[in-house]
Amino acid sequence: MLKHRVIPCLLLRGGGLVKTLKFANPKYVGDPINAIRIFNDKEVDELMVLDIGASKEHRAPNFAMIEQFASECFMPLCYGGGIRTIAQAQQLFSLGVEKICLQTAVLEDLSLVTRLADRFGSQAVLVSLDIKRNWLGKPYLYAAATGKTVKQPWLEFSKRVVGAGAGELVVSAVDRDGTLIGMDLDLIREACVDLPVPVIAMGGAGSLADIKAATDAGASAVAAGAYFVFHGPHRAVLITYPQYHELENLWGSNRGE
Amino acid sequence: MITIVDYGMGNLGSIVNMLKRVGADVAVASSAAAVSAADKLIIPGVGAFDHGMTGMNDGWIDVLNEAVLHRGVPVLGICLGMQLLCRSSEEGHLPGLGWIDAHVKRFRMSDEHNLKVPHMGWNTVTIVKPNPLIEVGQDEQRFYFVHSYHVVCSNPEDVLAVTDYGFHFAAAVSHENIFGVQFHPEKSHRFGMDLIKKFVEF
Repeated sequence: MLKHRVIPCLLLRGGGLVKTLKFANPKYVGDPINAIRIFNDKEVDELMVLDIGASKEHRAPNFAMIEQFASECFMPLCYGGGIRTIAQAQQLFSLGVEKICLQTAVLEDLSLVTRLADRFGSQAVLVSLDIKRNWLGKPYLYAAATGKTVKQPWLEFSKRVVGAGAGELVVSAVDRDGTLIGMDLDLIREACVDLPVPVIAMGGAGSLADIKAATDAGASAVAAGAYFVFHGPHRAVLITYPQYHELENLWGSNRGE
Repeated sequence: MITIVDYGMGNLGSIVNMLKRVGADVAVASSAAAVSAADKLIIPGVGAFDHGMTGMNDGWIDVLNEAVLHRGVPVLGICLGMQLLCRSSEEGHLPGLGWIDAHVKRFRMSDEHNLKVPHMGWNTVTIVKPNPLIEVGQDEQRFYFVHSYHVVCSNPEDVLAVTDYGFHFAAAVSHENIFGVQFHPEKSHRFGMDLIKKFVEF
């Protein structure tokens, strides 16, 4: 039966691979091509690569670099960062990227989702929603490129994004990013209620039990960064991914979504 | 020479990358004339059935029929490319290529299964007949799927492999020199690499 997907999420900044803590303090963790080769060898379910500098610096995707990534990825590859036009999306798909992930451009113009989904199919168009809790614990939509919260209620926005044609949502808990303390299960539960498309939960996974808890809360898939690139209390860089049988055992013999 | 049919519907990059990795000679045919040089054909495809057939109707069908039905060139349809091999689809109004006597239906899931459509992610396949692409009785083979529609063959002997998603559907079909896979071998690690390699070599 079908498996829940477990997806390493790699962050790029200035051509290097970095890992953030709560969306800040990017720490250099290595060469992206090297990391991608290792994840390919480990037969990961999918891979997500987000260029966290692109929209911030008003840059287009680095196509030459993405072409190199795609040629090393014999699993589905999702790319996000700086995508604003149909032509850019077309170029990414022609390089061998399966899915694109949008945020900044969609916060400005939701119709981009519809135009992309009409052209390339919903399955290829993901929207990433970053959610930050305020000091009272109330969740707000957060624009990663500007570092500001957005007025629009996040849950309502998530429905509009799906209505516009997004095939999957990436729901990230900003306050859990890089912390390895476990995922924001309340947020995942809320996001998944009555949502007809898969949710990829991200932020805070530090163990297989955390991943299981997220899928129990309704997530179709779990993405994680720090859990797959750091090892031990001193956060030494070591790329890991669970063995296939470990994931199989995690959900019993039936990993059904 | 493996020729990928570029009829405007697909993510060709991944297939080219995989073919290069297994050492194949690859050409992308962006016009029908290039099909005449093909030893083998791959029909990729992501998207809607009618959109795909509209692309096919733009000058491809005669030359493909000639290659596949008369010259016997082996052809592999991937994902939508497999569905286009069939006679028709619930997703559209246009007739398919009709090389496989089959119809394409949408997944209808009963509530008891609680399964989402599209069927997206990794799933295992069971090989149901001897074939040149995947060995029967090999260890568990898993592949990456993304689709909302599935192929229903009129002749059960055309089914090559099945996958369980609420029920057993045709994950791969074959009829003489014509092969179709619903999953994406180009994105299915060593499992897909083996299949592509066998298609190149056979």
